[in-house]
Amino acid sequence: MAFLDRTARGFFLSELVSGMALTFSYMFRPKVTLNYPHEKGPISPRFRGEHALRRYANGEERCIACKLCEAVCPAQAITIEAEPRDDGSRRTTRYDIDMTKCIYCGLCQEACPVDAIVEGPNFEFSTETREELFYNKQKLLDNGDRWEAEIAANLTADAPYR
Amino acid sequence: MIVQALAFYLFSAIMVASAVMVIASRNPVHSVVFLITAFFNAAGLLLLIGAEFVAMILIIVYIGAVAVLFLFVVMMLDVDFGQLRKGASQYLPLGGAVGLVLLAELLLVLGGWVVAPSAGTLALAPTPAVEQMSNTVALGHVLYTHYFYVFQASGVVLLIAMIGAIVLTLRERQGVRRQRIEGQVSRRRDEVVAVTKVRVGEGV
Amino acid sequence: MVSFWSGYALPTIIIILEVLAIIIPLLVAVAYLTYAERKVMAAMQLRQGPNIVGPFGLLQPMADGLKLLTKETIIPAGSNRALFLAAPMVTFLLSLVAWAVIPFGAGLVLSNINVGVLYLFAVSSLGVYGIIIAGWASNSKYAFLGGLRSAAQMVSYEVSIGLVIVSVLLCAGSLNLSRIVEAQHTIWFAVPLFPMFIVFFISGLAETNRAPFDLPEGESELVGGYNVEYSAMTFALFFLGEYANMILMSALTTILFLGGWLPPLGIPPLTWIPGPIWFFAKIAACLFVFIWVRATMPRYRYDQLMRLGWKIFLPFSLIWVLVTAGVLETFGWLPK
Repeated sequence: MAFLDRTARGFFLSELVSGMALTFSYMFRPKVTLNYPHEKGPISPRFRGEHALRRYANGEERCIACKLCEAVCPAQAITIEAEPRDDGSRRTTRYDIDMTKCIYCGLCQEACPVDAIVEGPNFEFSTETREELFYNKQKLLDNGDRWEAEIAANLTADAPYR
Repeated sequence: MIVQALAFYLFSAIMVASAVMVIASRNPVHSVVFLITAFFNAAGLLLLIGAEFVAMILIIVYIGAVAVLFLFVVMMLDVDFGQLRKGASQYLPLGGAVGLVLLAELLLVLGGWVVAPSAGTLALAPTPAVEQMSNTVALGHVLYTHYFYVFQASGVVLLIAMIGAIVLTLRERQGVRRQRIEGQVSRRRDEVVAVTKVRVGEGV
Repeated sequence: MVSFWSGYALPTIIIILEVLAIIIPLLVAVAYLTYAERKVMAAMQLRQGPNIVGPFGLLQPMADGLKLLTKETIIPAGSNRALFLAAPMVTFLLSLVAWAVIPFGAGLVLSNINVGVLYLFAVSSLGVYGIIIAGWASNSKYAFLGGLRSAAQMVSYEVSIGLVIVSVLLCAGSLNLSRIVEAQHTIWFAVPLFPMFIVFFISGLAETNRAPFDLPEGESELVGGYNVEYSAMTFALFFLGEYANMILMSALTTILFLGGWLPPLGIPPLTWIPGPIWFFAKIAACLFVFIWVRATMPRYRYDQLMRLGWKIFLPFSLIWVLVTAGVLETFGWLPK
């Protein structure tokens, strides 16, 4: 009887048919993929994306040119030059990040004593040329201005765990 | 009629030219490709005289199967044909003689056809009008009545040749582990898979 | 001059127009077959599929075609230039010429020849040349392996296709495609010859190099098989040829087994729909199964492919031909 059963199953291609039925039933299930450019998945407050230099609420830039980030950067992607400003405070004259070198480890934002350099939530910053990925201070400050709301929210969300 | 005549000269000219190129071209793969072109034009010629069945069979059997195998073998072979050609001239007398004999035989056949007294009646007699019978049916009628035994015998010859080829190349090897497909196919999920709850630290 | 005009020029123009009336819809169908394939496979794999270019991504095939047109055709060093360029043209051309004999409805056929089935069989058996020549002319190991695989595969499966066609011919009693369709007036051949229908369909998958028999391409093992070295328009020709062959194989399945342009039952609500619509609907259903199979089955191993062709399909279809002939002869059902 088992032999007959097996033969009948083989002859009527039962395995094939059940496989086809399975794929057919999947046709009508809801899709699991996101419609990416229009929908995006949730990201953690700790997400390490594009870099930004932040400012204080009064518009003064936070970075004090301590160069801790430059020192800690394992990929040596950060270049900083600094000199005292007219009002006597120490500020950077140059703050470059080579985004093609950066490995997005987040050590720079960990090292920063004033939360100036942070890795924001933005992950869509691909460019058409390589040169556009050599960020200078102006670009980083602009990023900070653009993403300040999200960055601040992320920092407060993550603060209890630090 | 002009179109038919033009088509005839086109097909036959290409056919003769590609037949020459089969022998003349240096690359053996090109030779086979030209051979295929020659077959194709032969099929075209057969179509022109209304033998569509034979034309299609020529394409299916010769181009679709035989020439594929030729091409297959020629591509796989790594023969230096320049090397082979070196001594070719010394075979020229022999090859020429064979060619001459073939030519003479061809002429004899054609001459006999033209000269023979019954040729005219033979050419007219057996074919009914195209409207009454397609040549597929006509061929079937001839092959399965008048030439039935010869037809079957040629089939048997081909079968024997095929079996012979298999017997010659088949060798039993010892100690080969074979896949048992029936066994694999007839396995059922509930015979070979068991779902068990494994407690931590106890194992299965 | 009048006889030249009415005798030669006018018929030529009419024929050219008829040919265009077949080829242009065919190419559009090919374009949307690629779209349908991507959408259906996406649905079965719980993905979205193309949905950006145009509404529901409907313009995606046009965008792809445009992209391929504007790219550079690269001819690899050491390749055989003439054959390398000829191969895709052969593939594409063969996929088009077959449509000359396909009857789209009662009397709707470009060339109603007596040996239509043989013609289609011949054309599909020639399809192997484009692939094998492409494989050889590319001067690349992957392409060559793909070409050899496809040569052996297509020749093997043609044998069983031939036998299946013979059993259909026994029932229809004609090699003319329109007559074969008309012979299915009482019942589609898919019903009495159901096992042959399955064998034919699976062999059709192998003949068109489709999954699960897509070993000549074999992305995961041969990179892209016979078309690794092809780019831009030459690749597009292969692509068009492959999909046009799929449509052709579906049309052949429809004609031989699914009653061509005939409705399923000869009763009023079904007979109101014109024949060509039935024909296209059946082709679309076959194509859906082609895609469905691709979304379901993993690729066959090569020795299993050969085993299936020679050790299962060939004896099975041979026995079935004998059974069909025997039954028809015994009950006196042989068509006149």
